[in-house]
Amino acid sequence: MNIDAIKDLAKNMRIDILNMTSNANSGHPGGSLSSTDIVSVLYGSIMNYDSSNPKWEDRDRFILSKAHACPVLYAALAETGFFEKSELMTFRKLNSRLQGHAHIKTPGVEMSGGSLGQGLSFGVGVSLAAKIDKKNYKTYVLLGDGELNEGQIWEAIMSAKKYELDKLVAIVDRNGIQNDRFTHQVMDMSPIIDKWSAFGWETYSVDGHNTEDIENVFKSLNYENSNPKVIIADTVKGKGVSFMENNPDFHGKTADPTQLIEAINEINSK
Amino acid sequence: METGSTREYAGKKILEMGESNSELCVIGADLNKSTFTNMFAEKYPERFFDVGIAEQNMVNIAAGLAASGKIPIVSTFAVFGSTRPMDQLRVGVSQSNLNVKVILTHAGLITGEDGISAQSLEDISLFLSLNSFSILVPSDAHEAQAAVELAVNTEGPFYVRLSRPALPIFNDKNISLKHGGSKTVYETGSDVSILTYGYMVYPAIEAAKELKEVHGINARVVNMYSLRPLDEDTILKCSQDSKFILTVEEHFKYGGLHSLVSQYLSQHNPSKVLSISMTDYAESGTTEELVNKYGLNSANIVKTTLGNI
Repeated sequence: MNIDAIKDLAKNMRIDILNMTSNANSGHPGGSLSSTDIVSVLYGSIMNYDSSNPKWEDRDRFILSKAHACPVLYAALAETGFFEKSELMTFRKLNSRLQGHAHIKTPGVEMSGGSLGQGLSFGVGVSLAAKIDKKNYKTYVLLGDGELNEGQIWEAIMSAKKYELDKLVAIVDRNGIQNDRFTHQVMDMSPIIDKWSAFGWETYSVDGHNTEDIENVFKSLNYENSNPKVIIADTVKGKGVSFMENNPDFHGKTADPTQLIEAINEINSK
Repeated sequence: METGSTREYAGKKILEMGESNSELCVIGADLNKSTFTNMFAEKYPERFFDVGIAEQNMVNIAAGLAASGKIPIVSTFAVFGSTRPMDQLRVGVSQSNLNVKVILTHAGLITGEDGISAQSLEDISLFLSLNSFSILVPSDAHEAQAAVELAVNTEGPFYVRLSRPALPIFNDKNISLKHGGSKTVYETGSDVSILTYGYMVYPAIEAAKELKEVHGINARVVNMYSLRPLDEDTILKCSQDSKFILTVEEHFKYGGLHSLVSQYLSQHNPSKVLSISMTDYAESGTTEELVNKYGLNSANIVKTTLGNI
């Protein structure tokens, strides 16, 4: 996809996210909207996949460790043909494939999540399998910044360095807000870049809402280097909807019917 | 009598299976000499991963490998591989129904002098709570090899429970196990049915012999090596033709075989089910001292049977 098409994809994904969470009257719009631009670039431009063959063995893997943000993943999968867009309205409903937290049984979903801190380790396992099989696929793991509180993340960081998982790419959606409050109030993880760097990872930074920059940073990753890579993406929670932006209330709360119309109008106006 | 540890023989089997099965991988956590997976590590370094003392990471790495078509074996001590990564086992393996083989050593009371933190008396209860897991507990070194073979060759998550010390080897070298099976290992009649698994099978056979030779009581001893799936037909049969069932296990009473048998029979044939098991945390001591003090021996099986027959 060209840049304009990726931006359109992101716009559609944002509307999908708002519609499906409001329709479910639950879910996590804030952290889905903060990572929308990142995920749109991955599915629109960077990753190799075949939506008609989700288990294609040479596909690049996208692992959503912050699995509460699954609306962003479901939106990307629906927009790129893994399943019908109409299925998004089954999100969080009985008998749906679109569970409240991402589950491996859904086409295109690589990992079951819902308990934070597990996805990077899973990505290490997927990357080790690629090494054994001498495959060249990339493994992208999307982490929340609050999720970095989990000790297991740092276990995974150490093991990825040890095994020189050069095709493992972590992306930190640094929106600065976790469940209760701002991340710097709950558990300040700064300086994030220095921490990853000290553990031997190649570090990159990007404005997580600048589509051109996001695409460029993915394309600039140095795979000649044996180290795993991390992209720290500065983002805004609830990005795209003024009343949700940087508002901790919309971590796990959805737009009511009036707010939904207002939100979709705002996204369409941009 | 020949002796050998289930952990050592399992380690040899894992090594052997690594040759014919190129998808087999092992993940260790700095205890690879004790679990005998160091043999696999030396021969197949490209398929062996030591993640250090980081069991949570270990389990999700295994999940990632399994999701990519590998057959990963998670190898560490039972106390570290059960309680510590329980969340990872639950969400990452069980809820995902991934093909991960959790093969843990040093289980039960008989870890000896290391004391209660090293004595895994709740692991079966924990793995039973992980709904997708099959659970195998071999009773000797030969059965340990059969258990590894069954687990690796059967799709889905497995827990295989192994012991530290060298124990009597009484099963046939070529024994094979059935998923969901059990095996009657001694039977002169059915006055009492002794249902047991793992380390306690051999003392149960010794007890049954004494019951016959000294007291004229005919006992049946069933090795319930598969705790899930559970051989319910055999349990029902034992409840129908015996005066009572005695479950014997090197595990806490709650959430082990006694719970499984009682739960099944309460719905299908309410009957008397006695238990020899652990009811509290123990202490440091040699295997012999511990099993004698806490009644995990043939003498207590005889005594309990005589007291209730």
